[in-house]
Amino acid sequence: MAKLPVTLTVNGDEYDLLIEPRKTLLAVLRDTLGLTGTKEGCSTGDCGACTVIVDGRAVTSCMVLGVTAAGKAITTVEGLAVDGELHPVQQAFIDTGGYQCGFCTPGFIVASKALLDENPNRTEEEFRHALGGNICRCTGYTKILEAVMQAAEEVQATA
Amino acid sequence: MKSFEFFEPTTLAEASRLFAAEHAQLLAGGTDLVIGMKARTETPQSVISLQKIAGLAGITRYGGGVSIGAMTKVRDIEVSDEIRNGYTALAEGAAEIGSIQIRNLATLGGNIAHASPAADTVAALLALDAQVDIAGANGERSVPIDALFTGPGQTVLTPGEIITRFRLPSPASGSHYIKHKIREVMDLAFIGVAAAVDMADGTITGARIGLAAVAPTPIRAMEAEGLLAGKSLTDALLAEVGEAAAAACSPISDLRCSAEHRREMVDVLTRRTVQEAVARAQV
Repeated sequence: MAKLPVTLTVNGDEYDLLIEPRKTLLAVLRDTLGLTGTKEGCSTGDCGACTVIVDGRAVTSCMVLGVTAAGKAITTVEGLAVDGELHPVQQAFIDTGGYQCGFCTPGFIVASKALLDENPNRTEEEFRHALGGNICRCTGYTKILEAVMQAAEEVQATA
Repeated sequence: MKSFEFFEPTTLAEASRLFAAEHAQLLAGGTDLVIGMKARTETPQSVISLQKIAGLAGITRYGGGVSIGAMTKVRDIEVSDEIRNGYTALAEGAAEIGSIQIRNLATLGGNIAHASPAADTVAALLALDAQVDIAGANGERSVPIDALFTGPGQTVLTPGEIITRFRLPSPASGSHYIKHKIREVMDLAFIGVAAAVDMADGTITGARIGLAAVAPTPIRAMEAEGLLAGKSLTDALLAEVGEAAAAACSPISDLRCSAEHRREMVDVLTRRTVQEAVARAQV
């Protein structure tokens, strides 16, 4: 099948691309654009490592055909820092040590960012449930939840 | 993933014409199809996206009830005040699908057209008496959701036919959905049970019970429904209703649990679901 001309808007930058329809958004981001912050874990939508934000919604990019993302605003972990300043949730992961091997971290950070944008005023239990689509296989979720709660406080304090 | 030809029609007529071809598959949210294509359990020669067709998504009032477009994201159903208040079981079912990331992609039409007996929204749609509107080459038709499924992954839809929306009548007095599962999220239903009841002066005037993952298709527990009509809820009646619902099942044993466990849990969870639906009706 011939490649299709598609314009993708990723982290505010426009890319005119030729994409095979069978390429997932995840594959386009990583292999075509070189944005390897977004990770491929299970590739079946179960682990959340490939989470990106499309038009304000967190989605598993391994389940999205790249051609269907044309014209939408895509945000990856590379796009969260503003003018070199980390997003509060990124800083919080550093401050609390909310990672071990780091593979699940971009997915957790992007999914958390979307939750914080939607409503930072959640209990730890609510964040835990809302992040159920992201899994860490190193150790556990204590530090991750600590990071998210710290970021939530920060976001609410500066809102 | 095998190569395929990709279409993004902007009208239902065009989508229907393309979908009538052999080895064509519809793309709604993609959460089943894209994974299936990767696993090569789905190898369509053409993929027809419904995402560019206007008017297929959204929750709108319809008569005394609501109309839910087939392309409505299940996350939007889960958080809709209208659905949470009037059609609680459906909001609860939608909230049980995968993760937020998946619910931001998955659509109600896709969840139903995929025709999994274990779909999380289907028990609620059965209990809430949903009508399924379908567009095809020969115009439009509508079937009650009870009449949609013919087997696992099988429906009455003919080549080229596309589900366009679900119409729900005016809200029942109370409804509830319970998913029997191990994990809090990201799990498939061992079984799913939904109940909707209408009440007047403490008496149940009508009840509908939907069961998922307990038979080759989602089913209604009609004998159990009949036992409830015209009665007030008592423990003895609940026991009868649970048994009748269990008797309506023909579950399988699989790696998730045994048929015996499923049947037993239908009894337990039907009682619990009906009890909660009645409690909500009386608030």
